[in-house]
Amino acid sequence: MNGESLIRVEDLHKSFGKLNVLNGITDQIHKGEVVTIIGPSGGGKSTFLRCLNLLEVPTSGHVYFEGVDITNKKVDINLHRQKMGMVFQHFNVFPHMTVGKNVMLAPTMLGKKSKAEALEQAKALLARIGLLDKIDEYPGKLSGGQKQRLAIVRALAMEPDVMLFDEPTSALDPEMVGEVLQVIKDLVKDGMTTVIVTHEMGFAREVSDRVFFMDGGIIAEQGAPSQIFGNPVNPRTKEFLGKVLY
Amino acid sequence: MFWDNVVFLLQNYGNLFLVGTGYTLLISAITVFFGTIFGALLAIMRRSNLHIGPVYPLRILVTIYVEVIRGTPMLLQLYFFYFLLPSLVTVLEMDAFTSVTVACIVNSTAYVAEIIRAGIDAVDKGQTEAARSLGLSGHQTMLRVVLPQAVKNILPALCNEFVSVIKETSLASTFFVGELMSQYRTISGALYMPIEPLVIVGVIYFLLTFILSKCISAFERRLKASER
Repeated sequence: MNGESLIRVEDLHKSFGKLNVLNGITDQIHKGEVVTIIGPSGGGKSTFLRCLNLLEVPTSGHVYFEGVDITNKKVDINLHRQKMGMVFQHFNVFPHMTVGKNVMLAPTMLGKKSKAEALEQAKALLARIGLLDKIDEYPGKLSGGQKQRLAIVRALAMEPDVMLFDEPTSALDPEMVGEVLQVIKDLVKDGMTTVIVTHEMGFAREVSDRVFFMDGGIIAEQGAPSQIFGNPVNPRTKEFLGKVLY
Repeated sequence: MFWDNVVFLLQNYGNLFLVGTGYTLLISAITVFFGTIFGALLAIMRRSNLHIGPVYPLRILVTIYVEVIRGTPMLLQLYFFYFLLPSLVTVLEMDAFTSVTVACIVNSTAYVAEIIRAGIDAVDKGQTEAARSLGLSGHQTMLRVVLPQAVKNILPALCNEFVSVIKETSLASTFFVGELMSQYRTISGALYMPIEPLVIVGVIYFLLTFILSKCISAFERRLKASER
């Protein structure tokens, strides 16, 4: 890929107390690119993803988003986060708001849309994931898969330039994984720049333009999915794939 | 014999019990009202990010306050405000009612601060992260996402605090401020009759707290019902 760079990371380090989780990552994500991040637990995958929108503040290093150094303390991170949608492992839908309000909250509150516009948009988004009939229900009534699809469109309502997925299917019952992956696939097809931390190897292989294998707080190996899954070079990648692909 | 005395007391001293109930409720209501306001302020201060280097002065102050109040007896605090404070600060010439009420507020504030802090902390961190990831500011997140969920944890505990305060005001009788227990001491002393008025006062306390508790549980059920 040699498209325009959307996110650029420079020598990113993150430690929690004495524990070094990220040990210097330098890379970039291009516009329209789909990057999946795989690797063993504790390898720094989620921390890396969460550093991209500064949910974790890096210990050192820089994150440039659309050319702006968002690690600079003078930058209003809230403005940039509006352009970076994020989906979490545990959905984190707002239980005290209806499904519709979940989607409408950020666009109306941040002045992106009027109430009427936001409602139109929410209806369209919910129709897309088959939840339009639930618009006035509370999330407590939804299944895990439905909650996660809601979380995805809640992020999409801000019309982000990139979507970050942090293990979006790890907390789901197996029969609900497919429906959530399908929504992500549709997004990717529409050209959304996407970064996904996942344990779904088949999915990673299918949708990615590039796969990062993270271990020990660095990108130990990266490449096209055919290369990473078909012909890994790094022994740690081989060992990891040997364990998860059986 | 016992019942005769109870009837006699109610007929001749009924208004004293009523006045006592009134004072008890008055002190409790004032305490809970200001306790909630100040407690909320302390809870906010405890979460404040104001810091000088690694030191968070507001957080430290609130923590010390809460720990001292929770770690000393209420009766001691009443004495403190009744005797010590007016002598230290001579401008504050407080009458018994004022100093006792202030002591109750100071005490309750610490507990309410803890209730609110716990209620906010009980909201899943993922809620904050989701809101912040959408671009909401810290204040917007607190106002629209965290607090509405925290209120469901806070309100029932706050009502229980009201129940506790009603009972704790009985300690104020040490200083004869006119609440129920003071009235008991007046009546039993005048008539040399310790048991019967105690039973009457006990029944009044019980009714106050029992009715309040029932209202709280009905309220809690409605809060839960509103979500699902």
